[in-house]
Amino acid sequence: MYRFSLGDRRWQFRTLADLMAKATPARSGDRLAGIMAHTAEERVVAQMALAELPLKTFLNDALIPYEQDEVTRLILDDHDGAAFEPISHLTVGDFRNWLLSDLATPEMLARIRAGVTPEMAAAVCKIMRNQDLILVAAKCRVTTAFRSTIGLPGRMSTRLQPNHPTDDITGIAASILDGLLYGSGDAVLGINPATDNVAQSVRLLHLMDEVIRKYGIPTQSCVLTHVTNTLEAIEQKAPVDLVFQSIGGTEATNESFGFNLATLAEARDAALSLKRGTVGNNVMYFETGQGSALSADAHHGVDQQTCEARAYAVARKFDPLLVNTVVGFIGPEYLFDGKEITRAGLEDHFCGKLLGLPMGCDICYTNHAEADQNDMDNLLTLLGVAGCNFIMGIPGSDDIMLNYQTTSFHDALYLRRVLDKRPAPEFEQWLTKMQIFRDTEGKEPADGLPEAFRASLAHLPGERPDGELPDE
Amino acid sequence: MSNSTPIVTDNAWRRLSACTDARIGLGRAGISLPTREMLAFQLAHAQARDAVHLHLDTDRLMAELAALESPVLKHGPVYLESQATDRMTYLQRPDLGRRLSQRSCDRLDELGHTGDAPVDLALVVADGLSSYGVQKNTLPFLDALMNELGADANHWELAPIVVVSQGRVAIGDDIGHRLNARCVVVLIGERPGLSSPDSLGLYLTWGPRPGLTDASRNCISNIRPAGLKASAASQRLVYLLRESRRQQVSGVPLKDRSEDLVIEQGIENFLLR
Repeated sequence: MYRFSLGDRRWQFRTLADLMAKATPARSGDRLAGIMAHTAEERVVAQMALAELPLKTFLNDALIPYEQDEVTRLILDDHDGAAFEPISHLTVGDFRNWLLSDLATPEMLARIRAGVTPEMAAAVCKIMRNQDLILVAAKCRVTTAFRSTIGLPGRMSTRLQPNHPTDDITGIAASILDGLLYGSGDAVLGINPATDNVAQSVRLLHLMDEVIRKYGIPTQSCVLTHVTNTLEAIEQKAPVDLVFQSIGGTEATNESFGFNLATLAEARDAALSLKRGTVGNNVMYFETGQGSALSADAHHGVDQQTCEARAYAVARKFDPLLVNTVVGFIGPEYLFDGKEITRAGLEDHFCGKLLGLPMGCDICYTNHAEADQNDMDNLLTLLGVAGCNFIMGIPGSDDIMLNYQTTSFHDALYLRRVLDKRPAPEFEQWLTKMQIFRDTEGKEPADGLPEAFRASLAHLPGERPDGELPDE
Repeated sequence: MSNSTPIVTDNAWRRLSACTDARIGLGRAGISLPTREMLAFQLAHAQARDAVHLHLDTDRLMAELAALESPVLKHGPVYLESQATDRMTYLQRPDLGRRLSQRSCDRLDELGHTGDAPVDLALVVADGLSSYGVQKNTLPFLDALMNELGADANHWELAPIVVVSQGRVAIGDDIGHRLNARCVVVLIGERPGLSSPDSLGLYLTWGPRPGLTDASRNCISNIRPAGLKASAASQRLVYLLRESRRQQVSGVPLKDRSEDLVIEQGIENFLLR
């Protein structure tokens, strides 16, 4: 039982999970789960009670029992006491002050990472305003590499997402070309397959591998299929760069996704054995999103933001190249509108970075959510300021396979210009070398069709050999 | 600025958009979306929003269903409501959209009762997330389906067609159970995409009863004039219905073998030339 007095009124919270849920800024998923604060006042009282809690509490009071959940076991067994030492005396409220203070330099934040549990990150997140989440995340530096280096200061990368509703090869190639010529794809070329089986995945892996090799693109490819499909693809000698999996923050969520921690370890070993990286060996690509545990009926009464932070413990174990919170995809029953999506995007990015993950964000919405392009522009800009490692890039924001809207190739160029961000260094050099961009910083696309792509386009019906548009 | 410098930079590869519905080769004003392309996107989003929020015209749909003539159809349609009283509740409380209101339960027990012998199939039409999808595609699809069922070697005894407003897929489980149906098929408006605000989905469940999950359903998606045609969808559904009836299962154990193929489409990867 957790108690708090305010004036002559006494408040009680049944469990730590109850206190955490009540302290969470309002969102539809926690309302759907029936665990949200009943009043605005109760929420702030819960935040005040949470602020007084020593960080050590989270090492002794597990939100989901150790015996029942392998993610809890992972979190507690891997906790690094030495890294925790500099912050071990703090309460959650003090931790917020410390994070915002000049004591928390980028170096210091890197030092304490392994001592911070997801629950500590989630707790302090609940008492931070949006600008706090941005400021602290901007101090957390996380760099990863495979054929490009992602997350360096002043850089912002993109996943080129050339999805097509029937996996049509020409359609996918057209979107890849469009993206490359807009300077997108330095984080990964990543396809969500329309037909999710091993044969189709292998076919798409070859497609991307051939393009990467022909044009010498310093990037990596990924087919976002189930981890067990990718394992089979590796056995079939397919050119696998990254292993993908959607992950959640409880064992039961991951079980509903059809894997456990051992599966991920096996897949990572298999991908590492291929030795396909040139500048680094981060071989995992994870996607997450608030609401997945509730959706799988596997949340144990824990609020969706805390479940999400626990998913980062799973990600952290496997040294990923990319972790992508797909923030607005799940729908309005979990994040209702632009305001809730914005808050969740900033929370996820902050918690992930604090825990040491290469966080990116699929800044997105569905057509049944109360959100639009203006909300996405806002979150994109905020995450750019917060130092988000990568975002999605898709033609004209419209994913014609998954039927949702995410950030476009144009959006990434907007962010690079207003915030003076550059692509990954290896990719930036390639863009200039290939005459795709006029400048050396990935900000000014060339006007015409670059020489290297003219031959490919010359043979298409209706295309003139010089690549110019025929007269209309 | 001289007249020869265009304000909008066109993309030389714009012609490739003939190969895909993706919004490629849009060109740019500076590095931003040109006005025409920006407004085209806003229009598509507005249509998708309207598909979610505009009410299904249930009077019209009921009248159309009542006029549907087929030897397999022996009863008039029934109109019901879920426990979600309005769209905002519907969007945030999927649990309420899966349950019938008390009044509708009573009405169904009273009107739709089909006697002691079970019927072979109950058809449920729910607005779901796209009233456009339901309004546009239900009749063409049901026309095709009635023809297929009428011509099938099996005899198909049908329950009255049910229309349910603010309904989710799982509401069919309760309705099918109350109608004593061996199998239920829910026709529902799918989450609209920008290029597909008008899509209808089908969910088949063998042995419907409250509490089933998606693992016990088979789905046919993207039924609309520019997607899967009503006739093709009805053929696939009748294939699944026959197999479901023969094996007495649905969902994961009932495989649509036509879907196992690797899709081989498109000219080729032109980027490798």
